Amino acid sequence: MATRARKTRSDYGRPYLGHEGQWSWILHRVTGTAVILFLFVHIVDTALVGWGPEAYDKVVRAYHNPIVHLLELGLVLALLYHALNGLKITLIDFFPRLARHIRPIGRATAALFVLAAIPTAAIMLKQTYDLWRA
Amino acid sequence: MARTTTGPTAAPLAGEGRAQRDLRVGRERPLGGAELWWWLFMRISGLLLVFLALGHVAVMHLMDGGAERIDFGFVATRWSSVFWRTWDWLMLMLALIHGVNGLRNITLDYVARPGLRFALTMATYVLALVLMVLGTVVVVTFDPSAWPGAVG
Repeated sequence: MATRARKTRSDYGRPYLGHEGQWSWILHRVTGTAVILFLFVHIVDTALVGWGPEAYDKVVRAYHNPIVHLLELGLVLALLYHALNGLKITLIDFFPRLARHIRPIGRATAALFVLAAIPTAAIMLKQTYDLWRA
Repeated sequence: MARTTTGPTAAPLAGEGRAQRDLRVGRERPLGGAELWWWLFMRISGLLLVFLALGHVAVMHLMDGGAERIDFGFVATRWSSVFWRTWDWLMLMLALIHGVNGLRNITLDYVARPGLRFALTMATYVLALVLMVLGTVVVVTFDPSAWPGAVG
């Protein structure tokens, strides 16, 4: 029985399932995965500077359009969430006594995210609009 | 593969208050060994990356019209500064290791078949290693004077 169970489930169990904390846990994984997958691509495109202006400018020009710019906004918001939620995790892990205040800390993290996301989105949507007009 | 904690799910226990449940639920810190060092690395590198990556976004994507101003000449001017080359290289290494360890954790959680788990983990390591070498070589050796007239 034990062997069978281990084949279908993780070694770790599902430590947040059914608790409100599962949402920030899932979002942390989704945003982290999105950022690392983009990073893989981004390192390759940046590395093209080593092959000269023709190669680099050709590839970077592909980024300069409104659709890609909206994806860029999504990526920046994913990174912002991952950073703030990561700070929350680190804060509580390094100061375990704060765990009893997890709910207000969670709300503060969400508020910080919204406060930072609004100007970020405003700036990048303006850039997208300018690109679309151009 | 390393087993750090096994626990029940976060489902409420009979007679358990909300505050008690909040404190009980969640993944524990690894008890020791390599997994404890990885646990610590994720948090320290995460703290550094908050500054490195969010700073990178502010400078490259928000200021002065954002990413549209970036071309070969822009990178050449920017990387004439040792400060930015160091920033970019440090961010590259920390973000790759942090991200690949994150992917490893996710693989350990969701991929139970040992062969597939091993293959996925190894593929991620190899990709990360290749990108580390590629990124490092470019950041260290980039010299725009090889293309005269490209920087105006």
